[in-house]
Amino acid sequence: MIGVIDYKAGNGPSVLNALNNLNIEASLVSTSEQIEGLSAIILPGVGSAEATVSSLKEMNCLNAIEHMVLNRGLPFMGICIGLQVLFEHSEEGDVDCLGWIHGSVKKFSERAVRVPQIGWNEACFTQSHPILNGLNKSEYFYFVNSYYVEPNDKSIILAETEYGGKFCSMISYKNIIASQFHIEKSGVVGLKILRNFGLIAGGNL
Amino acid sequence: MITKRLIACFDVMNGRVTKAQNFQDNIDIDDAEVIAEKMYNDQIDEIVFYDITASLQKRPTDLDTVRRVAKKVFVPFTVGGGISSLNDMYEVLKAGAEKISIDSMAVRKPSIITEGALAFGKQCIVLSMQVKNVGKSNKIPSGYEIAIDGARVFTGMDAVEWAIRGEGLGAGEICVNSIDGDGTHAGYDIEITSQIATAVNIPVIASGGAGNPKHLVDVFTKTDVSAAIISSMLYSPRIKRNYSVKEIKEKLSLSNVPIRPWIIDYTISI
Repeated sequence: MIGVIDYKAGNGPSVLNALNNLNIEASLVSTSEQIEGLSAIILPGVGSAEATVSSLKEMNCLNAIEHMVLNRGLPFMGICIGLQVLFEHSEEGDVDCLGWIHGSVKKFSERAVRVPQIGWNEACFTQSHPILNGLNKSEYFYFVNSYYVEPNDKSIILAETEYGGKFCSMISYKNIIASQFHIEKSGVVGLKILRNFGLIAGGNL
Repeated sequence: MITKRLIACFDVMNGRVTKAQNFQDNIDIDDAEVIAEKMYNDQIDEIVFYDITASLQKRPTDLDTVRRVAKKVFVPFTVGGGISSLNDMYEVLKAGAEKISIDSMAVRKPSIITEGALAFGKQCIVLSMQVKNVGKSNKIPSGYEIAIDGARVFTGMDAVEWAIRGEGLGAGEICVNSIDGDGTHAGYDIEITSQIATAVNIPVIASGGAGNPKHLVDVFTKTDVSAAIISSMLYSPRIKRNYSVKEIKEKLSLSNVPIRPWIIDYTISI
């Protein structure tokens, strides 16, 4: 069972709809008890890093998530804000995030581009990874973001995208996969990534 | 490179897609879920759905139809109509929409833009505006006035000033719907679309008047909009002919408009 973390500003239902469409067993979860029995976790996200971090803290399940992902190595996928909050600090609201990954979250330059970025943009994959099975070397995904992540360790970058300059649009770090683009809203290409994640969660990839 | 988006728009009444001309004389097209799934399989970039009778009937958005559509489309999905509070927004997002479109309500109560942006992020809030060419004057310097309530009530507000104000209040996108163009199939109103796209730094969506792929080429090459709404040309029996998303994208590609490329096999093996 894959658990999709359900918090007030999240878009858990959209992620769940996509997983259901692929016949992947999944449900919305919000308590420590629910999280302990999962085979994988997805942290979806819309809204601000600040709101997301404070929702996660209010839910009292952050310890359980961290235990399962960081200590037990459970497959984890972060989407959009679910990527950004994994880093140490975000410029959005000058807020400390979860700090699972070294690096920070920065804002696009409003002088260079329209902010937020909203639309389909190209992610160019810089490494191979089982999560990308069946995908081409670059693919178009749906993005909605004003901020982007800058990892300290560049070797964790899995994809890069151009928007007034190159930014990191996907990372892979140990058992963690996370993307800036909305995997659940990127048509069939996004569904392929979710399918692959389902296979990883089931130990089949 | 970021690409230009094609957004399929449908007006929904009792769970079914309907098509009006100049805001009246509706004809029934098909079930909302059926049309949405067809558009998704045809590789549309985004879908927007307006519950057109919700405000009139003073009832909340038809959430059941939102839920049914959300289960079929895995591209962004915006919902408008009948949204008058933060709680209405939350219910629509929970039903599976990504974005909320607000129009008349935003004019009546501009603070709802800020409230929505703070609660769900500005990317969730699309400020939709009905604009009409009334000629330039001291009061309406852009020459375009904002109307509300199905284009029946004029507000005395200047379209460009409202767009700038909306951006400041926290809107994530602005959708410029031309009242004169709506249902004419004669092309977008390039003039006001361009004025607004130049005035704000958030993405702008052109709407109203598209009848063939050439109209999309025009709006994407003559203005700096990020997206354009199409409806009649996709599915209305009232128009000379309908076009597939593929045909439209081919035409845009030939004119060097950056678009999400067509995928030959849009199915997935599980």
